Amino acid sequence: MKELLLGNEAIARGAWEAGVKFASGYPGTPSTEILETLAAKYPEVDSQWSANEKVAFEEGMGAAIGGLRVLVTMKMVGLNVAADSFMVFPYSGTNGGFVVISADDPGMHSSQNEQDNRYLAQMAKAPVLEPSTAQECKDFIKLGMEISEKFSVPVMLRTTTRLAHHKGLVELGDRVEAPTREFTPDAKRFSVPIYRTLLRPGVEKRVAEMREYAEAAPINHAEWRLGEAGRPPAKGSVGFVTCSIAYQYVREIMPDASVFRLGMTHPLPPRALKEFCAAHETVYVVEEGEPFVEDHLAAMGITNIVGKSIFGVIGEYSPERIAKAMGLSVPEKPDFAKEIPLLPRPPMLCTGCGHRTVFDSLKQLKVTVAGDIGCYTMGALPPYEASHTTFCMGASISTAFGLERAGHERAVAIIGDSTFVHAGIPALIDAVYNGSSLTLVILDNATTGMTGQQSHPAAGKTLRGKPAPKLDLEGLVRAAGVKQVQVVDTWQRKEVVRAIRSAVAHDGPAVVIAQGPCQRLPEMKLSERGLKPYVVDEELCTQCDACFKVWCPAITRTAQGFPVIDAVDCTACTVCAQVCPADAIGPLGGAC
Amino acid sequence: MTTTNLIFAGVGGQGVLLIAELTARAAVRVGFDVKQTEVHGVSQRGGSVESHVRFGPEVFSPLVIAGQADVVVGLEKLEGLRYANCINRQGGILLINDHEIIPGSVANAAEKYPHHTLDFLREKGLNAIALAASQQAKELGDGRVANLIMLGAMSASVTRIPKEVWLETLNDRIPAKIRALNLRAFEAGIGLVSRNGVLTG
Repeated sequence: MKELLLGNEAIARGAWEAGVKFASGYPGTPSTEILETLAAKYPEVDSQWSANEKVAFEEGMGAAIGGLRVLVTMKMVGLNVAADSFMVFPYSGTNGGFVVISADDPGMHSSQNEQDNRYLAQMAKAPVLEPSTAQECKDFIKLGMEISEKFSVPVMLRTTTRLAHHKGLVELGDRVEAPTREFTPDAKRFSVPIYRTLLRPGVEKRVAEMREYAEAAPINHAEWRLGEAGRPPAKGSVGFVTCSIAYQYVREIMPDASVFRLGMTHPLPPRALKEFCAAHETVYVVEEGEPFVEDHLAAMGITNIVGKSIFGVIGEYSPERIAKAMGLSVPEKPDFAKEIPLLPRPPMLCTGCGHRTVFDSLKQLKVTVAGDIGCYTMGALPPYEASHTTFCMGASISTAFGLERAGHERAVAIIGDSTFVHAGIPALIDAVYNGSSLTLVILDNATTGMTGQQSHPAAGKTLRGKPAPKLDLEGLVRAAGVKQVQVVDTWQRKEVVRAIRSAVAHDGPAVVIAQGPCQRLPEMKLSERGLKPYVVDEELCTQCDACFKVWCPAITRTAQGFPVIDAVDCTACTVCAQVCPADAIGPLGGAC
Repeated sequence: MTTTNLIFAGVGGQGVLLIAELTARAAVRVGFDVKQTEVHGVSQRGGSVESHVRFGPEVFSPLVIAGQADVVVGLEKLEGLRYANCINRQGGILLINDHEIIPGSVANAAEKYPHHTLDFLREKGLNAIALAASQQAKELGDGRVANLIMLGAMSASVTRIPKEVWLETLNDRIPAKIRALNLRAFEAGIGLVSRNGVLTG
């Protein structure tokens, strides 16, 4: 039976079919749906969100050494966090099959940088699988488990945004139960730092063996159309070496070309690739991201290749980008923006988002603010422009500390609850330890908001929605040595302003926990809470426009100039009513 | 037989991904190979959302090549305009919901908004059709079903998928609680275009 599946859903299905028993990860676009699908559809797989990617990786590593088949998922920058464990795991090797998903994001749809993680796998001396269809997303997980067990090595399966987030038809199979393999304690193998010199040669030997495997692996194969192995190239003949979603783009524009389709891009098979390239006058190497395959081909001594010099390194590929780079004719794409205001529509804070009052306060205080990774990156944009740096997970606190040392006294760090748990805690401990006076605002919306409301240790729920021990953020912050800790309702605008002002004035580190659940959580629906949307009483409204300064997407203007609140969109957060000097805004049907 | 290329565009929350998915599922039901793109993450925070659907005997790229879109469905005027340059000039149709959502995070967006989008596209020689889907949805009792009205309108021009397949797909995918309303919206969409006599298939 064939089913239309998202690349990520196909990966989850593959894990289930392959007999995976444990799956962990941290949410990150474009990887998040893998664990969500496992949790929703496949109870046989014990799946969970972990506090961060390093923890997720190591929990998976432990489970694999313990004999289970394991899937670990993360976006590409998540693997930076887990890189420490990824680099060392191949020394001991695994026991049960272990596949880590690295979801790369060329074009940076939802990421802070572009990063081709095949280099990380090369550095770790681990194999890389790159599917090019939803079907292969499923199949390569099963194959990845076999490779992992055959060579006793963690396997990286690299996806890209278009692959992870496109739907295609997938032939479904049954689950195969993989027996739990026996774990035999062996210090010489598993206590890597002490026995590293004994283990090191095995890592190289394994790479050589995997290279031989790659020569014969069916997932690396030439699709011959014109030309033939062993024949000298015809004049003007063109071939392609490609992988991942780029294969589909090449086939789209060159249905009749010979293509070497790589399903495994590390280690590469030199003999097969040399044979293919020798049969063509010119070989185009088409891969999103860095010239990983291309540089390896060059290192093999293959010279008739063209790649990044015409296709480029930056951003996503598309069929027309490849065609254009090759000088093929592509349909005209007129630029209407020159003739009509094609306004951008950047994302913005949702209606009723509790982050607004915090940015409003920070804007008033005119302090230097170091932001972090989450929906609140949008605080850097108009109308707030109240967040001045954003780098990576957890960096707000440490960056604010550094800014403070550079003379920006009373710097403020803002971080979400999930990001704080992920990578903010050591930075806060360090700031206290090293005598900082920074203010930390924890935007505690009880979820991982930007990736679509995933749970975490301070949200008190598991991936499957079951109750879990809830991390006490206030107690944790106090235990770190912070003396001034204030917990406020994020929708009480005056309270938030007062608390942040007081924290900034405080001599010594101070923390404000601004609490209020993300409005996108299902339990926040008005009907669930028995609340009514807010309405404007036009008889009382003086059109002073104070409510527009809340920048709530639900508030628009009538033809007569009055504010009007969208009844479907309104979350009854009350902030517009709090700022109305005429008391003209209140719940539908009066006080409730 | 060639590939049918469709682009769905709108604002986060309008149900772009749902109608794209319904189209993809309907095409699967007919027996076509299908690919569909989605964009997740921050784009859903009131930002632009687009989805490409391609189907035919064998489909490679999930992305529609510019200049080859058979239909662009815009659930919002500005978003329809944004992808209008992808349309196939030979027979391609732009179906645009006559509905404006002013971008909230752009300064003075209300004044700058391209209200004259439809006239502009027609001057460019494109087959741009405005449909009062949002208004019709309100008349049906729920403004949110404008997406299904637009889908119904589009279904009339995608003749490779018979109407009964659309209805089976909707019955299969839409939860029972809101199924009747969505089916009415779909039929209303077909009615909108047949009344106007604008689509020839």
